[in-house]
Amino acid sequence: MAAQPPNKKPAGRAGMKKELPEKFRSYKHVWVFVELERGKVHPVSWELMGEGRKLADKLGVDLAGVVLGPKSDETRQAIKETYHYGADVCYICEDPALADYRNEPYTRALTDLVNTHQPEIMLLGATTLGRDLAGSVATTLKTGLTADSTELDVDDEKSLAATRPTFGGTLLCTIHTLNFRPQMATVRPRVMAMPEPDRSRSGRMVWHSLKMDEADIVTKVLEYVADATTDDANLAYADIVVAGGMGLRVPENFRLVTRLADVLGGEYGCSRPVVQKGWLPADRQIGQTGNTIRPRLYIAAGISGAIQHRVGVEGADLIVAINTDPAAKIFEFAHMGVVADALTVLPALADAFERRLGRRAMAS
Amino acid sequence: MSEHFDAIVVGAGPSGNAAAYTMAKAGLNVLQIDRGEYPGSKNVQGAILYADALERIIPDFREHAPLERHVVEQRMWLLDEKSHTGAHYRSDDFNEDKPNRYTILRAQFDKWFSRQVRAAGALLITETTVTNLVKDDAGRVIGVETDREGGPIYADVVVLGEGVNALVGQNAGLRPELKPQHVALAVKETHFLPEQTVRDRFNLAGEDDGVVIEVVGSVSSGMVGTGFLYTNKESISIGVGCLISDFAETCIPPYELLDNFKSHPSVAPLLKGSEMKEYVAHLIPEGGYNAIPRLTGDGWVIIGDAGQFVNAVHREGSNLAMTTGRLAGESIVQLKAERKPITEANLKLYRDKLADSFVMKDLKKYRRIPALLERNKQLFTAYPKAMSQALQMFLRVDGTDKRSKESAMMRSVKRARGSWLGVATDMFKLMRAWR
Amino acid sequence: MDAPETPTDGLNIVVCIKQVPDSAQIRVHPVTNTIMRQGVPTIINPYDLFALEEAMRLRDQYGGQVTVLCMGPPMAEDALRRALGLGADKAVLITDRRFAGSDTLATSFALATALTRLGADHPVDIVFTGKQTIDGDTAQVGPGIASRLELNQLTYVSAIDTLDQGKGEIVVRRRAEGGVQVLKSKLPCLITMLEGSNEIRRGSVADMLRAARAELTVWSAEEAGVEDVMMCGLRGSPTVVKRVFAPSARDEQAEMVTVEGKQPAQIGDAIIDLIFAAQPKLEADLSAALN
Ligand SMILES: Cc1cc2nc3c(=O)[nH]c(=O)nc-3n(C[C@H](O)[C@H](O)[C@H](O)COP(=O)(O)OP(=O)(O)OC[C@H]3O[C@@H](n4cnc5c(N)ncnc54)[C@H](O)[C@@H]3O)c2cc1C
Ligand SMILES: Cc1cc2nc3c(=O)[nH]c(=O)nc-3n(C[C@H](O)[C@H](O)[C@H](O)COP(=O)(O)OP(=O)(O)OC[C@H]3O[C@@H](n4cnc5c(N)ncnc54)[C@H](O)[C@@H]3O)c2cc1C
Ligand SMILES: Nc1ncnc2c1ncn2[C@@H]1O[C@H](COP(=O)(O)O)[C@@H](O)[C@H]1O
Repeated sequence: MAAQPPNKKPAGRAGMKKELPEKFRSYKHVWVFVELERGKVHPVSWELMGEGRKLADKLGVDLAGVVLGPKSDETRQAIKETYHYGADVCYICEDPALADYRNEPYTRALTDLVNTHQPEIMLLGATTLGRDLAGSVATTLKTGLTADSTELDVDDEKSLAATRPTFGGTLLCTIHTLNFRPQMATVRPRVMAMPEPDRSRSGRMVWHSLKMDEADIVTKVLEYVADATTDDANLAYADIVVAGGMGLRVPENFRLVTRLADVLGGEYGCSRPVVQKGWLPADRQIGQTGNTIRPRLYIAAGISGAIQHRVGVEGADLIVAINTDPAAKIFEFAHMGVVADALTVLPALADAFERRLGRRAMAS
Repeated sequence: MSEHFDAIVVGAGPSGNAAAYTMAKAGLNVLQIDRGEYPGSKNVQGAILYADALERIIPDFREHAPLERHVVEQRMWLLDEKSHTGAHYRSDDFNEDKPNRYTILRAQFDKWFSRQVRAAGALLITETTVTNLVKDDAGRVIGVETDREGGPIYADVVVLGEGVNALVGQNAGLRPELKPQHVALAVKETHFLPEQTVRDRFNLAGEDDGVVIEVVGSVSSGMVGTGFLYTNKESISIGVGCLISDFAETCIPPYELLDNFKSHPSVAPLLKGSEMKEYVAHLIPEGGYNAIPRLTGDGWVIIGDAGQFVNAVHREGSNLAMTTGRLAGESIVQLKAERKPITEANLKLYRDKLADSFVMKDLKKYRRIPALLERNKQLFTAYPKAMSQALQMFLRVDGTDKRSKESAMMRSVKRARGSWLGVATDMFKLMRAWR
Repeated sequence: MDAPETPTDGLNIVVCIKQVPDSAQIRVHPVTNTIMRQGVPTIINPYDLFALEEAMRLRDQYGGQVTVLCMGPPMAEDALRRALGLGADKAVLITDRRFAGSDTLATSFALATALTRLGADHPVDIVFTGKQTIDGDTAQVGPGIASRLELNQLTYVSAIDTLDQGKGEIVVRRRAEGGVQVLKSKLPCLITMLEGSNEIRRGSVADMLRAARAELTVWSAEEAGVEDVMMCGLRGSPTVVKRVFAPSARDEQAEMVTVEGKQPAQIGDAIIDLIFAAQPKLEADLSAALN
């Protein structure tokens, strides 16, 4: 996305006639990068497969999945599922060097595949892996890349129109890649709907070999510390998140937040000033400069709902806001609002959930 | 390693900038310190810029300063709950080559002014709060301490342009604590509207033409205070301010006052559909001449709001700030040139220059006004109401004969004050204070 | 202008910082859907401060110097000066009309070119960038620079465990999706720092004075070493912004739970009723998961 002020028309460019250079005319088909990390496919890949299917159908072309990984049962399983979720073709590169994600071998494999098979559109998840890889691949290919798209479409001229938030979510912009192929975009998890898999589907396999030795690869993985084994917050993937803001006034009151999160088996988080005050660690921050969350239920207590907070929580299925100020911004995007003191409502809610769900809180 | 400067200027508001500019331009080694993220980041003003004071410092400022609109029309409104009685003065003469008054946004203006100061050679450090003055054994001010590590910074003179709160001067015992009846608290909002809408609503032909509305009456809910509404390029500044002592007494929350003002039937249509972005509160020193503290001492001098240099009657502040800053700067430059130490005695130069300028002359002229207004609140309540009632009677055609109307009007004015004697006393007091 | 002097020993670190509008203060006009820029202040991209702090910690530990590099309009000088006040040693601004309208590909080209010039005498050991910017928000410029300069790319780094200057080895913790990778790599490398990994220091009086006095290095495209200006700015950007618009406000208002005259327990129940009415599946899933 161009860095110029978005209210200025990109001089002379937007109206410029698209003329695809000869060498790109043969680029065809829609690709989705299937993100396989440590044997598990990131769900965003299937969400993208659903979206990619729609684009491919509109363009009348094939949908392909790209699976990179070590030779393993999990990789094979990922390939199978790629068809279930809508792919016609699978491009596969199996190599022990691809066991853990590292930028070098992944960039090599993916750029080689693109140069050989020439897709017109390539989509990746906007995860730490996807963004790391997409940035390298796009630069190596010298093509355009639209990050964090929230909407994808093809226009009348069959080019990809990727819409994404900008300026911290205050604006949206639609971006095209003129004159270059493939047109690349990343999409954040949980933005696109998860398609229903069709277990009867299968398709073609195209094999590719990684022309790289482990010895050529500079970066080595010494260790992998899975999140489950640490205390680190896993807000981004939590189904239920309870968060508190400055409205809770003193750090001790965050006990009310953690208790409710506990009762619901969810995660807890906070707004930025809470982190700045040192009341909670940085990995608990939700918002533009913290975690983006997409839970099924988000309960925000004593949070005013500044735009930087809003962009991090807007993907939640249901936002419940508790705030004493009826004019608080959070009520502009919450689905449900309670104008009341969070210090009373949080414990009441925890008690009520316990009653309803028939379970005593775990000791905490 | 601690540094030594010819002068340290505390504050990068209009007064501090004027002083620092004047001294740096003359070749002095000047350090300016402001606590804001950038100059002007927290500074608040209506804001009207009076060109003359700035012109004497930067003659060609109009060519590059961020000015919003020049004022072609002044409205003065007496407000009661539902009406306003107004006088409007608009003149094409204000569309002159070098207009006399402009609306500005302080955040931008201060930033620009500060750039000029730095271009003139002064050093500026921001996000740094001066916490105290450093004195030598003889009690002479020789430098400042800040909230950053790295020890004091020294200078031959510290110029205090720190604004109305003036905590540095106060903590150092250079000036007394502010008195509640000498400071007004002003709250202000900026409301954004498309440029064309601003022009349409105020009937402005020229792209940069602007309107100023000054308001007294019900806007202050019986307290000593005024309201204002200024047109910027694509926004409207609206605010109201009253004496702290009155706020304390009435317990009216300031924002409530502003909310009432904004929803007044004469004001609401001007703001309709706008987006409020900025809400700020700030103090204004309104004690006038009698509240001016001691202004100079060995190694220090006070300028701007810190010295209570505001003409509340005419809503002038920044021009007094710039003028006092300039005069202090010029005095220090002269003393330096003459190789004289910057002592209380030698700073008589600054005090004399002040006494000779419009700053002291105006403040002296109005020295009775602050006390008068404080003791005669009826000026803010009774008269606007009476005026409104009288005019309404006059304008309504309802079968009553004109003579009866006239006497009813007179009665309403009299009733406002209880007796004709009261009205006459008010007029007399006002005239005497004005002289 | 000449390149700033490079250290003879210790680390030569460059931190890319961007000046961005403070998004807290950006207004979109409700009617015209355009950005109202009046008075929007600019700040250093907040993510870049984590990178700057980490770079300065390495410098303090191993010696060397930290240069901040920014591509932007002349007023981006403010951001660089501010970085000097925080403790950076040198500042370089690359500014040229022809950089205007750069997308991430063109930005990484310009920055990579300037980095090459900066490393001409003494190679750059580590390039730091923030995780992403708050205006562009792409997280692509860092990887873009790394690809162009063939630096080892270490993104989303939360901590630097060890650095061995002699061997030119670095061990970092990198945030991956489901955990943390401990990676060993080699210098020169490019690191994008994760937010919250450290806290930016407050410069001393001496830092502030040095920053106020500093002569910044300001380079045009040519001075930065750009040979082909077609690779810069709009012309060097494959992506084009076709349309900018404000997100549509949510149609429905928040459903408000009435609290007047209710006991806390009743309020709790009322909220839960509403939640489960809106998300019927949630109740079943929750009971299943918790019991
Ligand atoms: C570049 C940048 C990036 C930022 N990134 C983030 C980010 O990632 N995440 C983030 O959260 N913020 C971020 N911010 C900060 C953001 O602008 C706001 O300042 C912040 O979100 C406000 O936090 P808050 O709502 O907790 O506090 P406040 O704005 O102080 O709001 C407190 C709220 O609590 C309510 N309240 C008070 N008492 C009670 C009570 N007893 N019961 C219930 N309610 C009560 C009040 O009515 C008020 O609405 C960022 C800012 C900038 C400039
Ligand atoms: C609502 C309102 C409307 C007004 N309208 C007008 C108008 O229309 N026209 C007009 O001419 N005047 C107006 N004024 C008055 C005018 O704003 C002031 O007179 C003027 O700003 C005074 O300038 P100054 O430099 O003395 O102080 P300030 O502008 O207050 O500047 C003081 C500076 O010092 C800094 N500072 C303070 N303490 C420290 C410290 N310890 N260390 C470091 N830095 C410090 C502050 O950050 C600030 O930048 C208005 C005032 C208000 C509040
Ligand atoms: N114009 C620029 N000048 C310097 N650094 C930049 C610039 N644009 C981006 N960066 C760096 O690249 C990182 C990622 O930016 P982005 O890809 O825009 O999200 C930022 O955190 C900066 O460190």
